[in-house]
Amino acid sequence: MREDASPAKVYGLHLAVVLALFAMNFVLPAYHHGLVARIMVLAVFALGYNMLFGYAGLLSLGHAMFFSAGLYGAGLAMTHAGAGVALAFVAGITAGAVLSLAVGLLALRTSGVAFMIVTMMFAQVFYLLILYFAAWTGGDQGLVLQHGARIATLGSLSLDLTDPTVRYMTALALLAVALFVTLVVVRSRWGRVLIAIRGNEERTRMLGYDTFANKLAATVLSGTIAAAAGAAFALLFGYVGANFATVQYSILPLLWVLLGGAATTLGPLIGTVVMYYITDTASSYTSAWLLIVGIALIVLVLFFPKGIMGTLRKKWLGWLP
Amino acid sequence: MAFGPHLLLAVLEGLVSAAVLSLTALGLSLVFGVMRIVNVAHGEFFMLGAVLAWVVSNMLGAHPAVGFVAALVVAPLVVGAIALLAERLVLGRLNYNPESTIVATIGLLYIIQQLALTFYGPEARPVSPPFSYRVLLPWFGYSGYKLSIVAIAALLLVATWLVLTRTKIGLLMRATQYDSETAQAFAIPVDRVYAGVFALGAMLAAVAGVLIVPISQAHYLMGQDPLLLSFIVVIIGGLGSLRGTVVAAILIGLSDGVISMFFSPTLAKIVATLAVALVLVFRPQGLFGAAPR
Repeated sequence: MREDASPAKVYGLHLAVVLALFAMNFVLPAYHHGLVARIMVLAVFALGYNMLFGYAGLLSLGHAMFFSAGLYGAGLAMTHAGAGVALAFVAGITAGAVLSLAVGLLALRTSGVAFMIVTMMFAQVFYLLILYFAAWTGGDQGLVLQHGARIATLGSLSLDLTDPTVRYMTALALLAVALFVTLVVVRSRWGRVLIAIRGNEERTRMLGYDTFANKLAATVLSGTIAAAAGAAFALLFGYVGANFATVQYSILPLLWVLLGGAATTLGPLIGTVVMYYITDTASSYTSAWLLIVGIALIVLVLFFPKGIMGTLRKKWLGWLP
Repeated sequence: MAFGPHLLLAVLEGLVSAAVLSLTALGLSLVFGVMRIVNVAHGEFFMLGAVLAWVVSNMLGAHPAVGFVAALVVAPLVVGAIALLAERLVLGRLNYNPESTIVATIGLLYIIQQLALTFYGPEARPVSPPFSYRVLLPWFGYSGYKLSIVAIAALLLVATWLVLTRTKIGLLMRATQYDSETAQAFAIPVDRVYAGVFALGAMLAAVAGVLIVPISQAHYLMGQDPLLLSFIVVIIGGLGSLRGTVVAAILIGLSDGVISMFFSPTLAKIVATLAVALVLVFRPQGLFGAAPR
């Protein structure tokens, strides 16, 4: 059994991470500044994935549909309903929450391998629907959100989301919220119930917990965080495309979480950063970045199943959340 | 063309895809049934079969029939060897844990796909069929080669069934499928059975790839659709049930042919995928499968 760290130490560490990212806004060169903003949004996606995979122990192969529900929820609301930034963001999150509730109600009737295949198939249906309704979604081409529409106005204050600094800070704010939501959930009674379900579902049910309801709640929270990342991605980078709904975008968050360490709060962020920089560096030497993803997956699962933060926690820092 | 002949054409096309599909799905089903793992890289073995068929027939440069027969022998052997290697180096070391193996086979999928892209290229390349005889029907002529695919697939299915039910190897496989621990206790080399089954599954997919290439060209991304369709077939037929797999392949192949001829192919895929996901949710043993033991 590992001892619980003092809340001050745990929250302090996460605050320090957020502050470090804040400080990097002022020192990063332009190229990396843009890259880190993108990585932070994708890390939110990974945090959402980690909620279900890391803590509740449910391996989904369909999270691309939640990310793209947010992406298209925001994008379609803006393009076809003329919604502003705030409304589009809410529309994206709502789309993700509703979709994850529906998918959870169906898919959670299965478990193990069947759960993976069912989530993958629902995601495939979602992807094909995007292609089928090409008149609305732009099909393969996707939608480009106009520059003018991506300016949020709050009273007299206006935020231009296309400005690099505003974009960076918005991404960081979203990441901070997602990080602290994860942290609070994990340290709560409910988080412990989820971990108990991961450990032994039958035993948890015998102890009197409604495991289906708990897993459903975890699915909805996970899908909603992923959708928030998708909606933010659409608004910050102005592009909504069907390629974000392909199987590949269901597998990438799995890879990031595995690399950073499943069931650790900081793992998804670290995994996303490391993997993104590895592929980014590699792609300047070779176009074979899929090969790197493939090898990384196999090496991780063979030799390094706990990931970076999981290994750190096991060997030295037992108090890491 | 009137409705009747149109339907006949759709049924013939459906039969051809059902034949190819049943071979691919049988491979996936064997691996799942005996080893209890889901091989996401299965579609890539299919693709490798097709790509190798192009390589072999090009290297020989002889009559298409010679190249085709050579490919039918060489491609499955090479793919089987690759699968054997992957099984020994990766899957075996994971102790066949279902979740770890699924992640590992996803990795395998990307590696094979990238290697095919790097060494074979992004082009779709045709292979000429071994013979170009056309069967003349009253309404239209139909490729004799396509009909021979159905015959070859049927032959291979019967052969696999005979191996499974009538030989010692088949007995070992069935014993391992039924209860691997007891099989181990009876001195059955379970790990060698697993390796063999994984290679056999890959070889079936590779044969299907060789058969399809004269109709639909070899391309490095061609493994995606067969993978999804094979999943659909294996699930509808009941995970691990061979008879169910073949029946479901015919059902899915025919309805896919008919639906895509009369409606939008994307809509056909949406309906099929959704239907299957719901089958898996509400009837996990499949439509034809027996209740789980």
